[in-house]
Amino acid sequence: MDLNMNVDAPHSMGTTIIGVTYDGGVVLGADSRTSTGMYVANRASDKITQLTDNVYVCRSGSAADSQIVSDYVRYFLHQHTIQLGQPATVKVAANLIRLLSYNNKNMLQTGLIVGGWDKYEGGKIYGVPLGGTLVEQPFTIGGSGSSYLYGFFDQAWKEGMTKDEAEQLVVKAVSLAIARDGASGGVVRTVIINSEGVTRNFYPGDKLPLWHEELEPQNSLLDILNAPSPEPMNI
Amino acid sequence: MSKAVVELPPKGGFNFDLCRRNEMLLKKGASPPSFRKTGTTIVGLIYQEGVILGADTRATAGSIVCDKNCEKIHYMAPNIYCCGAGTAADTEAVTDMVSSQLQLHRYHTSRESRVATALTLLKSHLFNYQGYVQAALVLGGVDVTGPHLHMIYPHGSTDALPFATMGSGSLAAMAVFESKYCEGLNKEEGINLVCEAICAGIFNDLGSGSNVDICVITKGHKEYLRNYRVPNTRAHFSSKEFTFPKKTEVLLTKIVPLREKIEVTEDGDAMEE
Repeated sequence: MDLNMNVDAPHSMGTTIIGVTYDGGVVLGADSRTSTGMYVANRASDKITQLTDNVYVCRSGSAADSQIVSDYVRYFLHQHTIQLGQPATVKVAANLIRLLSYNNKNMLQTGLIVGGWDKYEGGKIYGVPLGGTLVEQPFTIGGSGSSYLYGFFDQAWKEGMTKDEAEQLVVKAVSLAIARDGASGGVVRTVIINSEGVTRNFYPGDKLPLWHEELEPQNSLLDILNAPSPEPMNI
Repeated sequence: MSKAVVELPPKGGFNFDLCRRNEMLLKKGASPPSFRKTGTTIVGLIYQEGVILGADTRATAGSIVCDKNCEKIHYMAPNIYCCGAGTAADTEAVTDMVSSQLQLHRYHTSRESRVATALTLLKSHLFNYQGYVQAALVLGGVDVTGPHLHMIYPHGSTDALPFATMGSGSLAAMAVFESKYCEGLNKEEGINLVCEAICAGIFNDLGSGSNVDICVITKGHKEYLRNYRVPNTRAHFSSKEFTFPKKTEVLLTKIVPLREKIEVTEDGDAMEE
């Protein structure tokens, strides 16, 4: 184990982020771990940031870069909303994110998923990975934990899910990624955006399903130490 | 008709002209002077009535303790204080600069400063310097919107949490907070917990040491408890005074006070416009 934990390493979000469309809106999901090197700097961070009333963005990669980009885009969208006289569309938000990411591609290291609902197009998800591509997709995954989810989504994703099915899918996917990716962990946060508005949900660690040889949630590890020792095996 | 080039004022940012010279010196074996860092344990927590900030008081230059009792809790505004870890010069400069900007903003708006303002000023400055200004800060205060506690990292990212630790001793202090923190602590419990966390850093981290400073901020009131706990008093004092070597002959002894007492008279003309 490396005891030289470098607490001066840049603050990065290992992360698992997911955006999924369903019949009538979108569901955004993320874990909550922010790491500096091997130390978890924040075990309950909120990676799903609001840009406008109806558009949210999931952030991954360098914490500083993604926070600054989302702050700039929130400011631009606010001005745009005032000038336009009506709520901004998800496409405009995604394009603003993409312009900042592409034009500063040498200096930024952040992958973002923009999701929201507007009255023209309904629920839409746009992926803006490293480099500044803009891709509109029915669902998209990002962050270091996403590597473990490509196969899962290929099998589990289907068109026209209901809101609850979509949210359950997202929570299951994030918890699978948390089980396998060291840089993802903590709690699962979801944001559901549809014509009625925005709902934020929070799933603490003990509410998530366990997958394989993980410990049951405990209040303290001292309970394990004080537990009675198992019966000796009989040959 | 002069062909003189117009002297442009120097642009902001860093000047890298001496880098080549430094590289050459390194090759020749001359090591650069180590700069003063505050190894540090700094913590903050939100309690029932507001925010409590804590810090140790050791400043190191390389492996030598250069200041046994430095102040790491910096004033930002009457209702906002900021603990700083990392390079001492950077934390001092950045907190002084933002403190002045906040003062000007207060004059401009005639309102009490908000923690979010200080946060945005600090994070945009640190982001612009891409992490080269090595200041890791714990910013805490109480304003009209309530108590706030933020962690600011050298690259410009921020986190908002009910309890926070930064610096080389942050792991030891976080261990104390994770096991003993709960919401709604009262003032005494909060101060004790902060003290315990800093002491964990002082005794278990080589970069932190000496005493504990505490700052309690509530709505409309703040208490800066300098050296709240002094767990490392010096145990051994030499009983002998300083003496010159035996063969020295004292010719003349003259004591000059560095500061003379000046009498301030209250009469005299008042300042005129």
